[in-house]
Amino acid sequence: MNINTFIPYLVFGVLALVSIATAAAMLISRDTVYSALFLVLNFATVGVLYLTLGAPFIALSQIAVYAGAIMVLFLFVIMLLGGERFIPSKPRRSHLVLAGVLGIVFVVELALGYIVRYGNTSVPVVQGPGYANPNMLGIELFSNYALPFEVTSLILLAALVGAIVLTRDGKKEVGSVEPEVPAEKESTN
Amino acid sequence: MVPVNYYLILSAILFSMGVIGVLLKSNALVVFMSLELMLNAANLVFITFAAYYQVLSGQLIVFFVMIVAAAEVAVGLALLVAIFRNKKSVDVDQMSSLKG
Repeated sequence: MNINTFIPYLVFGVLALVSIATAAAMLISRDTVYSALFLVLNFATVGVLYLTLGAPFIALSQIAVYAGAIMVLFLFVIMLLGGERFIPSKPRRSHLVLAGVLGIVFVVELALGYIVRYGNTSVPVVQGPGYANPNMLGIELFSNYALPFEVTSLILLAALVGAIVLTRDGKKEVGSVEPEVPAEKESTN
Repeated sequence: MVPVNYYLILSAILFSMGVIGVLLKSNALVVFMSLELMLNAANLVFITFAAYYQVLSGQLIVFFVMIVAAAEVAVGLALLVAIFRNKKSVDVDQMSSLKG
């Protein structure tokens, strides 16, 4: 086998191993903080896989948004709640065995389906000029996907408001001068 | 280049690990992380097919999935904080107040 055809396999193999190992470590780890950090590593390796698939913009936003913003939010909440001290209740052994068997069956089923459908075809190497560079992505985003793009701004606004409303402490309303008529409301039910 | 199958099977493995995490873990934070793992596995399939069919739509869908995932995590973690205030725990086995 030629060395040039071997290198992509080597890169993929290492990345796949790291991503599977970190996913497993995330599930096995007792400490929630370690789980979060393993997940960061997993997201980073999947980001590098995106790079090998010719998606540089998505790869970098994966690292910025997932490994950066989302996981920092996770770590914030873990530290806020003192998550590293939680003693996990162990899953029942029968559940563990059943889940493992069903998971393996699921993977084998999908793998067989993929092999039957796609055989040994590989990802084409030759990609069009400027394929998936931020420029092309931006043009596509603001022409064919302009409406979904606008809708995502609504989603983000709803999430923002929702997060603030949910985490606000209802008992201590700072600066609000509501008249106190709670007993009346309770009795009408 | 590496066959398409390899990427697809890798994403299937990651996805089923996410499913197992959601089903088995009792810590709600880890359940959330497993959910992210599943979304990420689905994204990997999108990117693989975007490269396979040489279309950009797959990459844009991944972009949107990332946005929705960010919103979902923000709301979900806020919910967890609210639950923790009431129950003093994030164990999913204890979140059974609605059970009849």
